[in-house]
Amino acid sequence: MAEAILEVRELCKDFGGLRALDHVDLEIYPEQIVALIGPNGAGKTTFFNCVTGIYEPTEGDIFVLDRKGKKRRINGYKPNKVTELGLARTFQNIRLFPNMTVLENVMIGRHTRTKSWIFGALFRDRRTKEEEKETIEVSYEILKKMRLEKFVNELASNLPYGAQRRLEIARALASEPSLLLLDEPAAGMNPQETKELEGLIEQIRDQEKIAILLIEHDMKLVMNISDVVYVMEYGRLLAKGTPQEIKEDERVIKAYLGEDHDA
Amino acid sequence: MRKIIKSLQVSFWFMFLTFPIMVIRVDTIEKTVQWRWLNLLYVGLASFFLSFIWRFLIKKKEEGSKKEESGEQTITIVQKIISTPKYNRPIYSFIFLFMLAFPWIVSTYQTNIMISALIYVMLGLGLNIVVGIAGLLDLGYVAFYAVGAYAYALLNYHYHLGFWTVLPIGGLLAAIFGILLGIPVLRLRGDYLAIVTLGFGEIIRLILENWNEFSFGPSGIANIPRPGFFGMKLGVEEATIYIYYLMILMTIITIFVVNRLQNSRLGRAWLALREDEVACEAMGIDRMKTKLAAFALGATWAGFAGVIFAAKTTFINPASFTFLESAIILSIVVLGGMGSIVGVILAAFLMILLPEYLRAFSEYRMLLFGAAMVLVMVFRPQGLIPSVRRKYVYELKER
Repeated sequence: MAEAILEVRELCKDFGGLRALDHVDLEIYPEQIVALIGPNGAGKTTFFNCVTGIYEPTEGDIFVLDRKGKKRRINGYKPNKVTELGLARTFQNIRLFPNMTVLENVMIGRHTRTKSWIFGALFRDRRTKEEEKETIEVSYEILKKMRLEKFVNELASNLPYGAQRRLEIARALASEPSLLLLDEPAAGMNPQETKELEGLIEQIRDQEKIAILLIEHDMKLVMNISDVVYVMEYGRLLAKGTPQEIKEDERVIKAYLGEDHDA
Repeated sequence: MRKIIKSLQVSFWFMFLTFPIMVIRVDTIEKTVQWRWLNLLYVGLASFFLSFIWRFLIKKKEEGSKKEESGEQTITIVQKIISTPKYNRPIYSFIFLFMLAFPWIVSTYQTNIMISALIYVMLGLGLNIVVGIAGLLDLGYVAFYAVGAYAYALLNYHYHLGFWTVLPIGGLLAAIFGILLGIPVLRLRGDYLAIVTLGFGEIIRLILENWNEFSFGPSGIANIPRPGFFGMKLGVEEATIYIYYLMILMTIITIFVVNRLQNSRLGRAWLALREDEVACEAMGIDRMKTKLAAFALGATWAGFAGVIFAAKTTFINPASFTFLESAIILSIVVLGGMGSIVGVILAAFLMILLPEYLRAFSEYRMLLFGAAMVLVMVFRPQGLIPSVRRKYVYELKER
């Protein structure tokens, strides 16, 4: 098997006296879809925030395979550095740029893949022009893939909810990540939309050849598409395995349904 | 009927409020009290009718905002004219020709007023980068203006450097100050940033006021030379016209630069930063670097404007760089519409030229000014001419 794209070892995160993450281990290999599930407050989003650099972990190591295939420890990296290395994320509560158009939102995602700076902006040399043209074209292609092309010049805030979720994924894809982190992508979607999202996630994995880590509460979605499922509770890893194994795991059932006192 | 009662309530309230100042007049010399009941009637009537108009306008505005919510981005005629080259070309070229001919039609006094208006256009556009596009509330912008002005005055006094040498130096110095201030301050958000920049503006002013050996204190620096024209000495009138054309040129350069910046990768990053910082970082935008660029570029224009200001007035002292100045520049940006170049230019002219030409009502100037600001903010919170989101239309045609 190839080297892990993301390797997390003994990750801990304290907020004051509260240990939100307690020695969490996790690894993701190329083209894998990995799901992270668990009750509310289990520390899933905290885990995401540690990996993407929004929080600095208290203990432990996070290793990422950078674009050259070198393993790098990214503890304490700033979020923008992490994104440059090839990790892109979406947010639990949608965080688009509401007053920018759909295309512009995706173009922002291209930021790490482009270079022009003040001088490029002022003098608009050939390289800058080409870069700008490429940015627009690539962004448009991504929108098409996410079936958002009809909204190109719409303001992001005017989109229907499901489309906003898709736009967030599109924006993340624009940075050409090797690992896409989705924080509850199906939250607030109806069953029909969830079904579509399922197809979309698989399509992304197959076409872009990237790995996907998702936090999700919709069990049907998780069980249908994941290769590996991690279960968290109270900041600790409870179980890890294939969807089938997780479904049958006693501890997981307990965590979700509570103790069975009669037994 | 309910409307009339409501207006009556308003008018009674106003009559009550203004009673002490409008009706009673105490003559302290003859020790008598005058009761001017007629004034009460006027106040009552005026507030009665004004409340009607007010409510009508509010209602209209609410209808307008409902329309906006229902989807379509409402674009006003003015915005349309500005964004279509077919209409805006003739208008712009007319304005340009008019501005070129301006100093020959009117007196030196008028030209001087126009120069200061243009300086404020520059300042407004500079601050527009920081506040309008990048969304960083900077209340100490005048500090960079002061840096530019004192750079010219002091460098000229000590080293006899000419205007053209100092112009870039002034801009550069202001940019350096912008970065120096920016590094510690830009971690802060919103209100906190505003307070610290406000403090910074005051610090610069107080230093200039109190460090006599350095800046000659409150007495300022006099006899700053006007810019020379290829080594020729110019008289007051010619120099004014010369500075005027210089300002036109600088304004055009500013518009050009701001426009290009706005429509670039960096400009997009600024816009995104204004919308959501966390999402921005997650998308790989270096928050500090991008903000610093905005701060430094904004400050540069203030520096340029400062140098020109010093050369124009030939005398500067710290009193020209008070907080009021920052407030005026900021209100130009807000009034014109955040991020809108045309709006900012229009607002700068309104804010600077109107008070000049309304000198006849100078006692009421501030009152009118305040009322106008309130009205604009209530009815057009997005500014006089809001910026139009750029559309990438050609992309759609292609496919």
